[in-house]
Amino acid sequence: MGKLFAVYRKELQHYFQSVTAYVVIGSFLALSGYFFYSIFRYYNYLSYQAGREPGLAASLNLIEGVMRPLMGNVSVVLLFVLPLLTMRLLAEERKQGTFELLLTYPLSDFEAVMGKYLAALTVFGVMIAGTLLYPVMLAVFSNPEPGPVFTSYLGFFLMGTSFIAIGIFFSSLTSSQIVAGAATFGVSLLFLVIGWAAPFAGPTLASILSQCSLLEHYDAFSKGIIDLQDVTYYVFLTGFFLFMTLRSLDSSRWRS
Amino acid sequence: MIHVQNLTKRYGATVGVTNLDFRVEKGEVLGFLGPNGAGKTTTMKMLTCYLPPTDGTAKICGFDIVEQSMEVRRRVGYLPERNPLYPDMTVTGYLDFVARVKGVRPPARRAEVERTIERCGLQQVPRRTIGTLSKGYQQRVGIAQATLSDPEILILDEPTLGLDPKQMIEIRQLIRDLGKEKTVLLSSHILPEVSQVCNRVIIINRGSLVAADTPENLRSRLATTSVIRVALRDEGDALARASRTIASIAGVVAVDGAPPGRGTGRFSVTCAPASDLRETIARALVAAGLPLLEIYREELSLEEIFLQLVTEEVSSNG
Repeated sequence: MGKLFAVYRKELQHYFQSVTAYVVIGSFLALSGYFFYSIFRYYNYLSYQAGREPGLAASLNLIEGVMRPLMGNVSVVLLFVLPLLTMRLLAEERKQGTFELLLTYPLSDFEAVMGKYLAALTVFGVMIAGTLLYPVMLAVFSNPEPGPVFTSYLGFFLMGTSFIAIGIFFSSLTSSQIVAGAATFGVSLLFLVIGWAAPFAGPTLASILSQCSLLEHYDAFSKGIIDLQDVTYYVFLTGFFLFMTLRSLDSSRWRS
Repeated sequence: MIHVQNLTKRYGATVGVTNLDFRVEKGEVLGFLGPNGAGKTTTMKMLTCYLPPTDGTAKICGFDIVEQSMEVRRRVGYLPERNPLYPDMTVTGYLDFVARVKGVRPPARRAEVERTIERCGLQQVPRRTIGTLSKGYQQRVGIAQATLSDPEILILDEPTLGLDPKQMIEIRQLIRDLGKEKTVLLSSHILPEVSQVCNRVIIINRGSLVAADTPENLRSRLATTSVIRVALRDEGDALARASRTIASIAGVVAVDGAPPGRGTGRFSVTCAPASDLRETIARALVAAGLPLLEIYREELSLEEIFLQLVTEEVSSNG
């Protein structure tokens, strides 16, 4: 544990002593703030309309009207910024040659990978902690249901854990940060939107596609439901890519 | 301390190292010599558990490099070729990280980092960012991370590569000092360095062992003839007489005179192998009343030994 923490600490220092973390967190918060503003203004406008059309008022609530579209948009921002956090994790070590040293210290691959993974996860945690301001503001001016807010954050966090695992996997494959980042972005985006093809596929393929989709599994969370099936999906996806990262480190020894 | 048995590494069809066998005893400073691409780095990477061998094995302090990798890694300090460092970290920050990763526990950690900084001569720069240090200091940081946590064995791959002559001398001195308490395996292609620093040399070429001995033994083993250099003052017929005197001594094969210059005449005297005629020649010349200035036996330089071995290898292979 001490060694895992040593790697974690080093990575976290790197994020916060360089400008990386500030730029990534800053741009993420700026964009999500903008989304919150525009979605909230639109909700405001709808509420104003609803004053004159009682039918519309019945379908309006803060979760459906603000939180769900907000989290949907923010997850796309996440897709752009998380590869920037994860792409350097192992690729840079490879480029600098420090990878070789790291693997000859009395440190297991698991400790090295998990230390790095948890450091990226911590930066991501700081990012979403910043967005908690939006539900707090909603609570100040209105009364959103706390349950669905909590579950949508839980789902959002789980989605992030999967993106980061995909990111560290691609970072382990190459010494080029750009390649790692681009591949992470491509694969994460594919996982996000793969369900869109489902309506046009045959019944078996359709269910496979929608079961693979990051967005489909997020849906229940955003409505306030914690479905074990969705939790399992994210945990499995994360575990799978972390496992693949360990295998990739192992195989790089045999191949080099 | 290091016991290499049949170590082999193949990269697909290309052979990195074949059937390497050697031992390094406690307290030795062993020089690993060979032309570029001979397999020095590959061997070192296998000994530090970075690359698994294709065949054969090695034991370090009695632990197998494949089966007991963690035990081996605890006992080996490694400086890879081109000295990888984290350029953004400070010297102390980096060494503290290495100490943590090597499992040095808190009460001892700070002291261990400070001791290493002192031992490697980094007292002037502990707070500096590694990226801003000179190459010589960076090399010291690289050696510092290897010696941290006091491993019994140090494996240094080309520790003086890319340094200026003054830095080289300093790093060699540092390695000599470390060699007093540790077993050191260092690779190099700079031969004088090896003869200055190491007490034993292993020469490998094309992945296999060519020779393993002390630098002195290698010299005497390979000297097929012994050459003695003689210098006399050039006055009157002294040179001509000297030439005759030397040629008449039993055991002298040939006498070659160089044209005299600045009042000094020089001869190179080829003698039968493994004979030492210095004393006989000196006595004969003095007895003849000739003005002898210098007499010494020519030593083969390590360069010549090395070239001889490596060329022999090539010609015997075909």
